Amino acid sequence: MNATFTAYFDQVRNTRVWRSVFRSGAGPSTLHNSLVIQQNVFLHLLSTKVRKRMLEFNATWYLGTLTLGTFGILVITGILLMLYYHPSVPQAYADTKDLQFVVSSGQFLRNLHRWSAHAMVFLVFAHMFRVFYRGAYRPPREFNWVIGVVLLLVTLLLSYTGYLLPWDQLAFWAITVGSNIASAVPVFGAKIRFLMLGGHFVNANALLRFYVLHCMILPLAALFFIAIHFWRIRKDGGLYARHSEPGAVMTTAHTRPPL
Amino acid sequence: MADENKDRTQTAANPGLDRREFFIRMGLGSLGVAAAGTAAFAYQFLSPNVLFEPSPVVNMGKPEGYPLDSVTLDVDTRVFVVHDKEGFFALNAVCTHLGCLTAWKPEIDTIACPCHGSKFTRQGVKKEGPAPKPLPWLRMWLSDEGDLMVDRGTDIRPMQFVRV
Repeated sequence: MNATFTAYFDQVRNTRVWRSVFRSGAGPSTLHNSLVIQQNVFLHLLSTKVRKRMLEFNATWYLGTLTLGTFGILVITGILLMLYYHPSVPQAYADTKDLQFVVSSGQFLRNLHRWSAHAMVFLVFAHMFRVFYRGAYRPPREFNWVIGVVLLLVTLLLSYTGYLLPWDQLAFWAITVGSNIASAVPVFGAKIRFLMLGGHFVNANALLRFYVLHCMILPLAALFFIAIHFWRIRKDGGLYARHSEPGAVMTTAHTRPPL
Repeated sequence: MADENKDRTQTAANPGLDRREFFIRMGLGSLGVAAAGTAAFAYQFLSPNVLFEPSPVVNMGKPEGYPLDSVTLDVDTRVFVVHDKEGFFALNAVCTHLGCLTAWKPEIDTIACPCHGSKFTRQGVKKEGPAPKPLPWLRMWLSDEGDLMVDRGTDIRPMQFVRV
């Protein structure tokens, strides 16, 4: 059954239409397998070859992949929530309640969005702890660690901007407190708060600005840095495995008990 | 090839700056000017010129509405009107810590902030908590119609009472 399916898929991949789109045809050779990755605009960010050992759970605990998964869920549920939500003072809270009590599956989508957001923050931290305690941030991966820190900040900003959108008491006061923390910046503090809120209070302008940041600017920034993050994994020698590191790391590593 | 070399020969008037270098500097300079202009444009665009925010001057009504020895919070204007035996005064009810709205707790004779636990006396002096400053006194006066007026945009020194 499986063999039949593979044979059928190979046949499809050798058709003229498929090859006009993906260019690489099917074949048993490693070259063919490599071309599938190399010649796809999305997949070429990833390593052409990965050791099977590195795909086991124990190598990475899949934390980065799970983070990407939550991001994907957040993008899809977020776009759907946008169809019923108006970022305006009279309507925002009512729309949130409508999503819960009037829109079919609205409650499910809203909760999925919220829980995925919490999960994403948790997973980003877990991923960073894992990378830190494994020493995977060390050269040549130090720049990818920096990209990771940027992605942490983008994640937290996405969380923060999304917090205002339900426009309930918790949202309002959380953003009041948060924007006052921002105004503690020396010299420019008050100006930063003014630009952030588009006024002196958390009001209509602030709601709209946070909405645009949450739904457009920050997700695009996240995608941009995620692309660099993945591409750098390939450029920096693939997923980090302690055993495959150069001698300098090995000599310090094998004297320690395994993690 | 010969033409290119000719372009790159230095002129006697300006040694060290050939034509190509000149155009490179012109180009980079223009880009710099454009970038600075874009930054200024972006900053101006992001700063709203007209704000639909409430006026800082608010009418708090007749003094008779505030009995002696009372502290009254108006949540819409975020102002405390206090009627002490020395007279009336107004406090900004926004906590000086991180901007939450404080509330009057008559049972402990205290203005308390729900967010991080700052506590103030009815005259705005901090008793405990993270607030860095006392609650500011606001300029208050009687209008010609005899209403208590408060300017939320003007802080005054404490202990300036309005006597009616």
